[in-house]
Amino acid sequence: MIPEIGQFALIVALCLAIMQGVLPIAGAGFNIQSWMGLARPLATGQFLFVVVAFGCLTYSFINNDFSVLYVASHSNSQLPLQYRIAGVWGGHEGSLLLWVAMLSLWGLAVANFSKNLTAEMVARVLGVMGLIAIGFMLFILMTSNPFDRLLPAAPDGRDLNPLLQDFGLIIHPPMLYMGYVGLSVTFSFAIAALLSGRLDVAWARWSRPWTIAAWMFLAGGIALGSWWAYYELGWGGWWFWDPVENASFMPWLVATALIHSLAVTEKRGSFKSWSILLAIIAFSLSLLGTFLVRSGVITSVHSFATDPTRGTFILGFLVVVVVSSLLLYAWRAPKVGLGGSFEMISKETMLLVNNVILTVAGAAVLLGTIYPIIIEGLSSMGYLAATNKVSVGAPFFNIVFVPLMVPLVFMMGLGPLARWKQASLPDMLVRLRWAFGTTALVAIIMPLLMGGWSWLAALGMALAGWIVSATSYNIYSRLKSGRADELLLARIKSCPTSYWGMHVAHLGVAVSIIGVTLVTQYETEKDVRMHIGDTVTISDYTFRFDGVTDVTGPNYTASRGLIRVFRGDYEIKVMHPEKRIYTVQTMPMTEADIDTNIWRDLYVSLGEPVEGGAWIVRIYHKPFVVWIWFGAIFMALGGLLAVVDRRYRVPARKEAKVKVTAEPGLAKPTVTATENS
Amino acid sequence: MKRYLIAALLCLPLLGQAKEAEYSSSDPVMHLRVMEISAELRCLVCQGQSLADSHSDFAVDMRNQIQEMMEGGMSNREVTNFLVERYGETIRYRPSLNSTTVLLWFGPGLLLVIGIGMLYFNVSRRKKQVQNQPLSADDQRRAEAMLEQKSGDKQA
Amino acid sequence: MGRYLRYLIPLAVFLLLAAFLWQGLKLDPRDIPSPLVNKPAPQFDLPLLADPAVHIKRDEMLGQVWLLNVWASWCVSCRQEHPVFMRLARQNIVPIYGLNYKDTREAGINWLNDFGNPYVASGFDVNGRVGLDYGVYGVPETYVIDKQGVIRYKHTGPVSDEAMMTTIVPLVKELNG
Repeated sequence: MIPEIGQFALIVALCLAIMQGVLPIAGAGFNIQSWMGLARPLATGQFLFVVVAFGCLTYSFINNDFSVLYVASHSNSQLPLQYRIAGVWGGHEGSLLLWVAMLSLWGLAVANFSKNLTAEMVARVLGVMGLIAIGFMLFILMTSNPFDRLLPAAPDGRDLNPLLQDFGLIIHPPMLYMGYVGLSVTFSFAIAALLSGRLDVAWARWSRPWTIAAWMFLAGGIALGSWWAYYELGWGGWWFWDPVENASFMPWLVATALIHSLAVTEKRGSFKSWSILLAIIAFSLSLLGTFLVRSGVITSVHSFATDPTRGTFILGFLVVVVVSSLLLYAWRAPKVGLGGSFEMISKETMLLVNNVILTVAGAAVLLGTIYPIIIEGLSSMGYLAATNKVSVGAPFFNIVFVPLMVPLVFMMGLGPLARWKQASLPDMLVRLRWAFGTTALVAIIMPLLMGGWSWLAALGMALAGWIVSATSYNIYSRLKSGRADELLLARIKSCPTSYWGMHVAHLGVAVSIIGVTLVTQYETEKDVRMHIGDTVTISDYTFRFDGVTDVTGPNYTASRGLIRVFRGDYEIKVMHPEKRIYTVQTMPMTEADIDTNIWRDLYVSLGEPVEGGAWIVRIYHKPFVVWIWFGAIFMALGGLLAVVDRRYRVPARKEAKVKVTAEPGLAKPTVTATENS
Repeated sequence: MKRYLIAALLCLPLLGQAKEAEYSSSDPVMHLRVMEISAELRCLVCQGQSLADSHSDFAVDMRNQIQEMMEGGMSNREVTNFLVERYGETIRYRPSLNSTTVLLWFGPGLLLVIGIGMLYFNVSRRKKQVQNQPLSADDQRRAEAMLEQKSGDKQA
Repeated sequence: MGRYLRYLIPLAVFLLLAAFLWQGLKLDPRDIPSPLVNKPAPQFDLPLLADPAVHIKRDEMLGQVWLLNVWASWCVSCRQEHPVFMRLARQNIVPIYGLNYKDTREAGINWLNDFGNPYVASGFDVNGRVGLDYGVYGVPETYVIDKQGVIRYKHTGPVSDEAMMTTIVPLVKELNG
């Protein structure tokens, strides 16, 4: 009964979404107040019914209802409760339901945090979100219904994929989907602005905090995914340029570009049509990612079980969404005004260079990801021989991506210091002389400190050093410029939180670069054969293998190694790497044990038993690896600081005043050019 | 459990007498070479993993095969070419540069040049356009509003 | 007009991309084309599975169209395609040679005794050297080799009746002229 209620609730939600997609937009077009007024209640209603549907599926999981096909394929009565809940989004159907739930949650958020938007804008934004929801709900109901019954019911479930039975999986998909789906809000704002034909600065101001929020979740989701791969896959890798990782990375790169482009649009009224285009591309890439992961056109460790009808449906949906929005764009964008003027050397240009690089980086990732499909398509059509088929992997992406980061990081130090409209390059370079010095010093000293010269290490440290020193200089000069009698704390407070947000996010990039550089250049791996009592020494740690015991978990049996770690003669840690066999899927899993501190990770994973009672053990010393994810936390935190900036919350009073002088819909006047942020 | 206890007891004496474990491969330098080249080769039976990353039988076999070839004196390039001849270009994760991959390798660079070029062109053109435009009534109002806001902003 | 056209560039790029994705839906990314197709089959000289004293060489097969089927007793999906090869062998359409890949002699012989032997002969490739030369990556694999000793077709994975009937047998007949 419960699954049927869930399905029914989803159908009701679909009906509400249809109304939400049609009435408010029509109302805004024909100026019918009552139809526009429906947007908020409909979004709320849609949210409630999706929550009911989601709750019903969760209920079936918790209560082991194996008469539901999806539950029977992704759960098991022995599965611990937290994984039964995470099992809801452990497969294709349920993860789509999670997607829809996130979409309706964002809709609810827009309905509630849009007090200072005009009624037409709210109607159009929520209307576009309703249209997107229709697509996804139809997709679920027509091709991927998680509520389908299995008759007769299975006696027990086939269990959740052991790889997914992990804390990381409980939080990673919701976080990532919040990001993916959050970009639909940005997209909806862009489409709403195009529909209204008034691409004003207000649009940029309204959509910017939503973009940053989505970007934040996306960053968090990507970082969690990387962290999960690091400790769960058992060989210590943290980024593989796998198509599924790329699918989340591309929209993030474009969203990063969009945040910067919106900064110009908001402050200076320029690049409006470019910002709109980026908003469309960012969401299109998140849809494209869905297609790549669920259609089976690419091979990936993480892709879902696929069937062609699903692929066809998403591709059709993708085409409808992208073609209609790009047509709308081509119709409206040429009429957008130019905005304020600026010189070749100015903050505007620098932000544009940032945009070009980030967009090219995103395009490079896209090119590498789909190039095999292109070649295969050309050969299937007879333009190329079948033997031309290629695989594009990590070596390609590293070669192409890393060089793009060098100019990007250089601009990251320069851009925040540059003035709007016109900046002086010589002046900035002189002001940054100490930053250059520090950078050179760090680049030379750090590799030597880490125990060996490497040009790549020097380059990485130079990039990180440049960000940190240029940012520090920027903050220093900003704080110095206040009135003499002002206390430091007061000066800090007088800067808007978005100013701090920007710097925290930039520092996050530096932190991640340090992690990536040092771990790739200085990690040590030892792959050894250990008898009981044998030791291995890496860096100044000694690992002693004290045997293996058999343990039994709730739904697995495991061989559990006992490894003591000494520093000098002093025992600092007992580690328990495991080799698990999950009973239902009989899948072997390597559960590494990791000792993390801020300077290094000790990573121990158990291989196979070999003759004479010995085991193959893999031991890694990974300096600074955790900095990679710390950096992401910094970036997300920076985003949070930017989102809570006062100007997004209380612009109503000021704007009201401006509206009296300016015609409604006319570009909102911008803050003056001297501002430093 | 018993094994565990015995092991623990046996190991009570401190590290002094412990024996350094052997590498799982007889030649650690060779092992590194094998892993280095495996990272650039695709595990054909896996779903998008390299030979170095995969635990599958195929990957283990191939790594042994590679090690044998290297011990036989083949260079990294020779080993890769040997495998490409038999398994095809798809086994390379670093596609070789040829007429079908030229767009892949130079596409990003080309895009960067086009992007920067368009940026330069646009910025210089727009400067002219903005300068040549006479101040419209709208702009006039906008400027006034801006001035007003500027005075209002002094406090903020 | 040109002013407006450039706003259509993103749409054009997307449509091109969508066309490739559409094409990609119909293809299997796991399909790995062999570079050996239309190349001479690699030489081999292997002891027979049934009798180590007798050797089998590639050149002995010249002048006839033949199938080379890579199999092993440990390979589960070989069992799936086995009846298909048994049926083919009974019809005497084409000689089938086996390549017993990374197996033990005893297990291989037992397997043929248990399930039937469709092969004229099976070479015993204990260390997989010949398999490597043929680019074997997933057992079972089947090669169609023509009179000049050139590989004309490769099938990876178990051969179904359908594939046998619609692809392999017609190709053999065509090669036999």
